[in-house]
Amino acid sequence: MEKFTNLTGVAAPLEIMNVDTDMIIPKQYLKTIARTGLGKGLFSEMRYDDDGNDVPDFVLNKPAYKDARILVAGDNFGCGSSREHAPWALKDFGIRCIISTSFADIFYNNCFKNSVLPIVLPQEDVDKLMDDASRGANAIVSIDLEAQEIRGPDGGVIHFEIDPFRKHCLLNGLDDIGLTLEKADAIDTFEASAQAERPWL
Amino acid sequence: MANARTLYDKIWADHLVSEDKDGTALIYIDRHLIHEVTSPQAFEGLRLSGRTARAPEKALAVVDHNIPTIDRSQGISDPESALQVETLAKNCAEFGIEYFDESDKRQGIVHVIGPEQGFTLPGTTIVCGDSHTATHGAFGALAMGIGTSEVEHVLATQTLIQKKEKNMRVTVDGVLPDGVGAKDVILSIIGEIGTAGGTGYVIEYAGTVIRGLSMEGRMTVCNMSIEGGARAGMVAPDETTFEYFRSRPRSPQGADYGQAVDYWKSLCTDDGAAFDTEVRLDAAKLPPVVTWGTSPENVVSVTGSVPDPGTVSDQAKRRAMERALDYMGLKPGTNMSDVEIDRAFIGSCTNGRIEDLRVAAAIASGNRVHERVNALVVPGSGLVKAQAEAEGLDKIFINAGFEWREPGCSMCLAMNDDKLKPGERCASTSNRNFEGRQGYRGRTHLVSPAMAAAAAIAGHFVDIRDWR
Repeated sequence: MEKFTNLTGVAAPLEIMNVDTDMIIPKQYLKTIARTGLGKGLFSEMRYDDDGNDVPDFVLNKPAYKDARILVAGDNFGCGSSREHAPWALKDFGIRCIISTSFADIFYNNCFKNSVLPIVLPQEDVDKLMDDASRGANAIVSIDLEAQEIRGPDGGVIHFEIDPFRKHCLLNGLDDIGLTLEKADAIDTFEASAQAERPWL
Repeated sequence: MANARTLYDKIWADHLVSEDKDGTALIYIDRHLIHEVTSPQAFEGLRLSGRTARAPEKALAVVDHNIPTIDRSQGISDPESALQVETLAKNCAEFGIEYFDESDKRQGIVHVIGPEQGFTLPGTTIVCGDSHTATHGAFGALAMGIGTSEVEHVLATQTLIQKKEKNMRVTVDGVLPDGVGAKDVILSIIGEIGTAGGTGYVIEYAGTVIRGLSMEGRMTVCNMSIEGGARAGMVAPDETTFEYFRSRPRSPQGADYGQAVDYWKSLCTDDGAAFDTEVRLDAAKLPPVVTWGTSPENVVSVTGSVPDPGTVSDQAKRRAMERALDYMGLKPGTNMSDVEIDRAFIGSCTNGRIEDLRVAAAIASGNRVHERVNALVVPGSGLVKAQAEAEGLDKIFINAGFEWREPGCSMCLAMNDDKLKPGERCASTSNRNFEGRQGYRGRTHLVSPAMAAAAAIAGHFVDIRDWR
């Protein structure tokens, strides 16, 4: 996995609650057998009109946000399906960090597998960053994962919490499967005892 | 009681391979269900890293999301869908995983076929690259939806890295009014806790109403745990559960069955076990429910009306309601029973099982689908379809003007040709009313099978309690 250490870029405000995975990447894009190339489908039903042209009012179509690297969003971002196509699409578009008051469980997990950082903050901090983000190209925000800090355009610093194991994996770009396979002996032992206790399985 | 444990605590403990000091754990996965949409990149990942499937016999694959529900002898016309299905077949052959293809009579929605086959069992850990895996919790299993990277992780290691969630119990006591069923119960629960109310929790559903539900009804409830934000939902196994597994193709037989039942009985939550959150609902107060918006928490009684955002003080919530009403083309104050529909969809992993079809057929019998309405009935599996046909339900539906289709996910997520046109309004037994879910700019109202069938006939929502 690609490492995640520091990120500096434009933050885009998406002031919608319950942004679901159907909004992030509609089903017609799920027919792919690849992980890449999904950026074009990101938010497509809000981003394009019926003829496939950009909707000028949609935040990521505005010139100031075309190169956004960070998304500041409403509560419960990523609710809905387990489709990992959602973080794949965000990442392919260039977004590596999403900030909200809360995330849906599966989406949150999926982000960490793809070097995308979801940050949970209290409402007042999200409001502040939403306000910063609304300043367009001037809304340059920096994320320092090691220090667990977000630095806003006015120099203000917001601290964020993150699970230490997930942080370690992101900072070092670790592959979960590789880590688990180091515990192959423990899995063997578990399998043998479970087989004895629950032989019908 | 200090040592009293919940159903979730027990299954977790029985599957714990290792646990670090910070609570990061490795849990063993007993059963892995696979479908065509969320698996290709996982198999590709295994290939690229030269890894194999650790326990292919613990996986079962089926095609469901992408396939047509009409004549399958013609194959799949959409080349991308066809490639995805073909890829699943190849991957299963290469990694040694059993696969039900589109011509197999056991084919169907992954969450319908798992229990049908007895692949799903109480006390097991079950995963699938699909959020509605929560369905299997109805049997007292810990069943979770996972992403594609985790599908690859389970294939390679038969484990998942997780931290334990908190315990929530939702108790529904009392007696459900006639016409109010499992779908109304779960929609009411989501209305109560909200779509993020279950985030960070595993929910155990309890109470006399849940105990009284059939396995089909319990699956409907657990299925939508994800719409309440929970990692999983579950019901303690009991006689209803044990009976269900007496004669399934893969369920334990003979002495194994007796030993398994003893174990399953031991899983029930101990008296005095602590839950981090408790929610209670009084069944007698539950009405037939219809959703009015674009989030499953947007529920209202069929006798109610479209709510007014103007009465909501929270700015973000008000904006969300206004956006939803604009999308749905609804005005505040409109009676739900005056809302006219264009389409009806009966099916999905929420409501595509035999009991659902029986309820809908009883409403349809002797009636005609409204002339404006196109109504689809899509059985959850080939075996559900065969059972329904043996009972003559297909004839009832067809005579009433419903279309009778081949099994699959169909218009629940509209990956195949079954989709709403822009602006069309649908009474749907599925699980999500998100924008565009059933088709670009389509408008979805979530309801029970009885309510969907009645709406198809009347052309608008009707209170099923008053159905003639």
